[in-house]
Amino acid sequence: MEKRIPCREDLQNALLARCTGEEVEKLRNAEVAVAGLGGLGSHVSVFLVRAGVGHLHLIDFDKVDLTNLNRQHYFISHLGMDKTEALKEQLLQINPWLDIRTSCERVTEENIPRLFQSADIICEAFDRPENKAMLVNGCLELFPEKPLICASGMGGFGRSNTIITRQVGRNFYLCGDGTSGIEEGQGLAAPRVALCASHEANQILELILNDTKKK
Amino acid sequence: MIVNGEKTVWKAGLTVEGLLKAGNYRTDRVAVEKNGKIVPKKNYATEEIMEEDRIEIVSFVGGG
Repeated sequence: MEKRIPCREDLQNALLARCTGEEVEKLRNAEVAVAGLGGLGSHVSVFLVRAGVGHLHLIDFDKVDLTNLNRQHYFISHLGMDKTEALKEQLLQINPWLDIRTSCERVTEENIPRLFQSADIICEAFDRPENKAMLVNGCLELFPEKPLICASGMGGFGRSNTIITRQVGRNFYLCGDGTSGIEEGQGLAAPRVALCASHEANQILELILNDTKKK
Repeated sequence: MIVNGEKTVWKAGLTVEGLLKAGNYRTDRVAVEKNGKIVPKKNYATEEIMEEDRIEIVSFVGGG
């Protein structure tokens, strides 16, 4: 049976059942760049789109592989696809009227200015600590006025309540327990990674909704 | 000086690089804020820390 794609108004009205018109407007106008589309970034993106964020920039050079399925928001049907495309396909199933830009490339110090210029808010969702540090240093130096939400420490299982969100600087937020890295051989499992992704997405929503001066 | 919220022994001439070395931090995995402003990586060797400064060192661990 062919499914009808809901019209834009129907989707907006569905959101209005859960939040105010002003909130819907702020969310629809917001642009968030998500750097890294693994266990963190794939979940952050899904949460933001469900909440009504209207503009997303998805950035990752990688393809979906079997080792991703234990914690990342992809399915067997996505194996071998660019993560940017695999995630875009899913997000458009949540909101077909979403404005999604994708960049299938590796983030470097050199391309940070180009990739993150237009975003209102930047979400760091990389896997490797060196890449996390590179993005954080680059963005805080180049765009000190843009909120930056990062994650560090979500390895292993259990200890749900050790994952927190901390404001480190004026526009610098850090989610995670700060210490549980893959370096200690703890591995990564879906619940703690998604918990940390929830912290990131939730902080981003708070910043969008509390920002009275923008747009 | 305050480092990551804790009062820490300071000595004259201390740089960000010196502080990171003393704490056994890996400079390629950190971001350092001094009084709420990011210290650019290229300045670590020259950026002096004063006794009244507040330093935040974020050391990233892997996973995502």
